[in-house]
Amino acid sequence: MEYFTHLLILFAIYAILGLSLNLVMGYSGQFSLAHAAFYGIGAYTTAILTTQYNWNFFLAMVFGVFSAFLSSALIGVILSKFKGDYYTLGSLGFNVIIFATMLNWQSLTRGPLGIPGIPRPELFGIDFSINFNFLMLTAVSLLFVYLISQYTADSSFGRALKAIREDEQAISVFGYNTHHFKLAIFVIGAGLAAIAGSLFAAYITFIDPTTFHVNESVFLWSIIILGGLGNLRGSLLGALFLILLPEILRFVGFPNEIAAQTRFGIYGLLLVIFMLYKPQGLLGEYKL
Amino acid sequence: MKILETHNLKKHFGGVYAVNDLSIGFERGKITGLIGPNGSGKSTFTNLLTGIHKIDAGAMIIDGIDLKKIIPHQAPLYGITRTFQEIKLFEQMTVLDNMLVVITERNVFGALFSKHTKLDLKKAEDAMNNVGLWGKRYQLAVNLSYGQRKLLEIARALAMNAKIIFFDEPFAGLFKEMIKKVVEIMEEMREHGKTIILIEHNMELIRQLCDYLYVLDEGKLLAHGDPGKVLSERKVIEAYLGE
Repeated sequence: MEYFTHLLILFAIYAILGLSLNLVMGYSGQFSLAHAAFYGIGAYTTAILTTQYNWNFFLAMVFGVFSAFLSSALIGVILSKFKGDYYTLGSLGFNVIIFATMLNWQSLTRGPLGIPGIPRPELFGIDFSINFNFLMLTAVSLLFVYLISQYTADSSFGRALKAIREDEQAISVFGYNTHHFKLAIFVIGAGLAAIAGSLFAAYITFIDPTTFHVNESVFLWSIIILGGLGNLRGSLLGALFLILLPEILRFVGFPNEIAAQTRFGIYGLLLVIFMLYKPQGLLGEYKL
Repeated sequence: MKILETHNLKKHFGGVYAVNDLSIGFERGKITGLIGPNGSGKSTFTNLLTGIHKIDAGAMIIDGIDLKKIIPHQAPLYGITRTFQEIKLFEQMTVLDNMLVVITERNVFGALFSKHTKLDLKKAEDAMNNVGLWGKRYQLAVNLSYGQRKLLEIARALAMNAKIIFFDEPFAGLFKEMIKKVVEIMEEMREHGKTIILIEHNMELIRQLCDYLYVLDEGKLLAHGDPGKVLSERKVIEAYLGE
């Protein structure tokens, strides 16, 4: 039971990341490799504020979201001027910068040693150090992020994002300042990713920079490409599939070490297969 | 009275002037033809006036406003909209969404906190009924036939309710019945006081529709005036038909 609770918590965290990245990538067509950086900013802000300054977790989470808003706004102002490959390369650069900052700003982040002892939260007498309670917390967070994402996608703003994805030049001639729209969704996506970061930090109770490497951004790409770009339920399906996959490998007899090492190969293989035979993903609306 | 004028407009790509010192004007509520051989600068001219290309030199006066540059998203503020020579639809969106996106809120925050209203839907329905596409509203744009795609572009321009509409080869590839429909739409727009700038290669349609005609060649003005007279000028025939 504890094992399934653990898997469901991880699923919920990655589903939040998938939903938030899908808004940026699947709806507005910005192929960002910086998403893990905002996940990391949420995690580090929460970890630092709760361990070094004894902040309440929920307050730290809100601050983490604002930190992601601020950093993504600064980064997004530059990135929103890029398109296509240049955009992706620019976002990769930003993920590397944030990763290097986490690794090297040792007085704040403890560098490669990471931050241990991150406390589990407590609210109205509910002790979230019990995994089932933490699962409820992540489930509520996932629902919150899903509803925000659904609202955004269904609004006129969401329709404009899709049009930007389809043809940025054409939609700009119809009166849309596309830079503003791209920046806004980038900031919203970053803020939602920071929620996942805060939850991850409090759940694992330890973070170090390796979790927020650009590899993690690639993994998040896999989730939404496999689940389906431009489809929110696709993000959930992609997260479920890719979180469960290594576990299935264990069950079919792969030794733990080999299953862990094999999963990246399988993620890569899946991406190739999907690009070849189903480029819109399982539930996607947007064909690459 | 002219609603749009350009003064010594210039645009070059590398060493080639696509638009070279062009000073022309367009009468309010009229259909003005803009013709010329391929590469004569017609589409570049449209791109300059809708902000897609930056102007190198010169100026334009749009409805009394003096402008040295125009940014694409500002074009509708000056009452300008357009169709594209190569159809630019939002392919993986429904036909209805293609329409609603040009009708609903353009401001980021306004758009974030709003959905389309009944009035927006009515505007979309009216424009789509005009071109007979309302029945296709839930289809993806990518699945429309070539002619229907052209009509959707025209419907989108109609829904913008602009004062000045650039139609860049709207009849290319259309069937006879569709051509008739688009001609009717343009004539109706003129009756409602809209200014139409028509880039077209079909001279019969130019004669039928246009009140005035400009002929461009190598980015320069070659001839202008009454369509019937201009099209019979020797230099126009030579430039256009290579005779």
